[in-house]
Amino acid sequence: MKIVVIIKQVPDTETKIKVKADGSGIETDGIKYVVSPYDEFAIEEGLRLKEKLADDSTVTVVSVGPERTIESIRTALAMGADDAIHVNDPALEGGDSLATARVMAKAIKDHGFDIVFAGKQAIDLDQAQVGPAVAELLDIPQVNVVAKFELAADKTKATVSRRIEGADELIEVSLPALLTCEKGLNEPRYASLPGIMKAKKKPVKQVDLAALGFNASEVGAAGSHVKILKWLPLPERQAGKILKGMETQAAVKELVRLLREEAKVI
Amino acid sequence: MANEVLVLAEQRAGNLKKISLELMGIGAELAAKLGADLTAVVIGNGVEGLAKALGAAGAKKVYVGETGEKYYNTEIYTQAVSDLIKQTQPSVVLAGATALGRDLTARVAARVGAGLATDCTELRIENGKLVMRRPVYSGKAYIELESTAPVAIASVRPNTYGPAAQDASRSAEVVKIDVKAVTPRAVVKEIVKTAGDKPDLTEAEIIVSGGRAMKAAENFKILHEMADVIGATVGASRAAVDSGYAPHSMQVGQTGKVVNPKLYFAVGISGAIQHLAGMRTSKVIVAINKDPDAPIFQKADYGIVDDLYTVVPLLTQEFKKLLAE
Amino acid sequence: MDFRLTDEQLALQQTVRKFAQTEMVPQAAHYDQTGEFPRSIIESAWKVGLLNESIPAEYGGLGLDGVSACVLTEELAAGCAGMTTSMMVNTLGQTPILVSGTKEQIEKWIVPFTKEFRFSSFCLTEPSSGSDVANMSTTAKKVGDKYVLNGRKCFITNGGVADLFSVFATLDPVKGHRGICAFIVPADTPGVSAGKKEDKMGQRASNTTDVIFEDAAIPAENLLGREGEGFKIAMKTLDRTRPAIGALAVGLARSAYEHSVRYARERHAFGMPIAMFQAIQFMIADMAKDIEAARLLTYQAAWMIDQGMNASKYSAFAKCFATDAAMRVTTDAVQIFGGYGYSKEYPVEKLMRDAKLLQIYEGTNQIQRMVIAREVFKESQ
Repeated sequence: MKIVVIIKQVPDTETKIKVKADGSGIETDGIKYVVSPYDEFAIEEGLRLKEKLADDSTVTVVSVGPERTIESIRTALAMGADDAIHVNDPALEGGDSLATARVMAKAIKDHGFDIVFAGKQAIDLDQAQVGPAVAELLDIPQVNVVAKFELAADKTKATVSRRIEGADELIEVSLPALLTCEKGLNEPRYASLPGIMKAKKKPVKQVDLAALGFNASEVGAAGSHVKILKWLPLPERQAGKILKGMETQAAVKELVRLLREEAKVI
Repeated sequence: MANEVLVLAEQRAGNLKKISLELMGIGAELAAKLGADLTAVVIGNGVEGLAKALGAAGAKKVYVGETGEKYYNTEIYTQAVSDLIKQTQPSVVLAGATALGRDLTARVAARVGAGLATDCTELRIENGKLVMRRPVYSGKAYIELESTAPVAIASVRPNTYGPAAQDASRSAEVVKIDVKAVTPRAVVKEIVKTAGDKPDLTEAEIIVSGGRAMKAAENFKILHEMADVIGATVGASRAAVDSGYAPHSMQVGQTGKVVNPKLYFAVGISGAIQHLAGMRTSKVIVAINKDPDAPIFQKADYGIVDDLYTVVPLLTQEFKKLLAE
Repeated sequence: MDFRLTDEQLALQQTVRKFAQTEMVPQAAHYDQTGEFPRSIIESAWKVGLLNESIPAEYGGLGLDGVSACVLTEELAAGCAGMTTSMMVNTLGQTPILVSGTKEQIEKWIVPFTKEFRFSSFCLTEPSSGSDVANMSTTAKKVGDKYVLNGRKCFITNGGVADLFSVFATLDPVKGHRGICAFIVPADTPGVSAGKKEDKMGQRASNTTDVIFEDAAIPAENLLGREGEGFKIAMKTLDRTRPAIGALAVGLARSAYEHSVRYARERHAFGMPIAMFQAIQFMIADMAKDIEAARLLTYQAAWMIDQGMNASKYSAFAKCFATDAAMRVTTDAVQIFGGYGYSKEYPVEKLMRDAKLLQIYEGTNQIQRMVIAREVFKESQ
């Protein structure tokens, strides 16, 4: 099977996000970049599937991003992916989810695929749009927020569990399909040291717009359907009313009064 | 054809979900500013009756699509909604940022070429266009977007807006829409409930969360007792979950659930940045912690610096008294 | 001279840091308090390929170069010094075999470490001979085609869990260091047993015991090198592993430093974060400066060893400087945390307790200074 995993490189979750004074974006100096955490579940599931099939199935990682994306691609290769496709072109700058999905889908289509895994959302913009958009563009079914995955013996379909509010939907999906992965689907393996050594030699195909057959008007800001007007930092919260040094019963009474009369939440 | 603000009403088992009424509320505001008609579409099995409630909530027109299927299906719903959007060209489409809403809007937006913003926490009209504000970086910042395509789709976080008032004297024109016979390639076979009867953390209006200071799973009992009195759902910090005091399904935070209640109690929770990411948009945050320097107090609107084991039972009593009045 | 880490070293650093922060840090306090041995965590590290990094590639190991091994060790130590000592002693126990063993000995005794999870240990120290190595009283007696060992080693890391020991024993105490031999001793050899577990001040996750030899007979082919070469082998081993101890100290110090920076920002006194006070700033500055200096010394020593250069003096620089720095940094960390620093609820008092051992083991810092002085005067002849 040709197993494809979509990954995105994002700032590490511990990063202190600072919005630029002019609201045009965030400060990127000194940011450490990692594979988006939900994408790790996708990589892991792809690797497990390959291991289970124990045949000539391959796991190919696909990522759209600038130069530095190669480090995250190598992490995926170090975890065990066989090869990668890195889509990088200056014209992609400023593209929204749909514009990104367009090039992503073409790269995946050109490569060939039987199943596509992606993270449920990238933890930078948290939009959860690229996966479903790629599925739409590839004209394949999607199941989002997958917490359990099992391939049928005949490899033509899979049974998955999708997390919704307060319940799990058990879904049978025919392949090829795109699945976005939720936490709890699996426990992603560490990139082992031997894996890191081997990753250097694994092939990474560098692909630009021309190679995919797009022109600049179909991608980047020109090919987008939303425009970011501005970035905003969190509004400053008013200082809280913290009751201390009071007798417990009195503090409790006062808190309840505040919640009812001032905050109006009880 | 008049401009429309179209609400994707969500229902489960023949009942309108609360988010649908919230969307009608904000939808009405936006429609008024745009000079557009507020409409709604509801799709499912035996859903025609829901048109009444949507009309009472302010819809001028309710599109009804009968699927004949018990469960939601991405492809069937995508087809129906996309066809409707292509036909009616609403300038704004609203959906809930729910499991269904997220699944559907992403696919629909790709199909019809709409400008989509998910998980919005604020919507407003500026210069005749919809401005959509949404959190990024796990809520550490916001972006505001507008659609550059004719149709803007916004999925809205539950509990952001209040539900539209129901006025039984209002009614809507009911328009039946075709639900094309699509052979879906992904089919829901069964739904297995995971939680009890309490609202899911992500939908809860009031949450009481316990942290590492709870010290043991049994000690969560006092939080459950308080939660029962005020109708809250109990959550936990990552520290508590990692220590085995609560299951992961209760975890609030960056690697847990993102919640948006109107009231959030952080009990024995220090307030690490990762926890804040999960609940920082809570309207009101109350912290109970015996450590006066716990970072949570910087973020709390109200708090008590005291031992949670004495405070929580007393709070439960006070709430009981208050709500009995 | 390019001081930057290679892409591969950065990738290594990222994966080990993730492992240490995810698997070791959350459990460190527990193992420190109970003194239990964190076997499962170390096994997880083995699975990710973080142990036995010095085994050459030709024997199925990673053959990691010295600087990369320092990067690896620093990240592990930032997780927990005690667990890291246990992991690193694996390398220490293997090194005598790697530096002086025959191909057959290496294949027989080292290769299994690449295939299954096991521990090794280095048995040199005795109750009456720590720094004074040559004064050891564990004896080896040639009997037929065997050597019979008798004696007691103490403060042996992994003593209670090792499958394999590198043991130093003397054929003739009168001969001093020239009588010492190095032996490969499997733990299941009859007559070999582990004694009581030490209840230590710090690095409590590390298993430290006596190892007792009572008429323990091992085949003659388990001798490393020739009779009388044991002291040289021991010193060569320690020279090689000293940079790693330096790296361990750097990781431990860095952890204390990071906690201190974070705390100094959050803690308010006299109306402002204590990070605004020069007294705190100077402590933090010294921490940052000394950690960086220590790191560079360890990299240099490791690099020299890889080049096959004589690195005795530089290894001693690295070990001595880095471990002294770790003691200063962790002590200052407790000071910065004030009362909270003294409480077990906060992580820094453990770090201070962990640091002290670093100045004592692997050759006390007094011995390190002796080595340095000796090399200085040797050179100036």
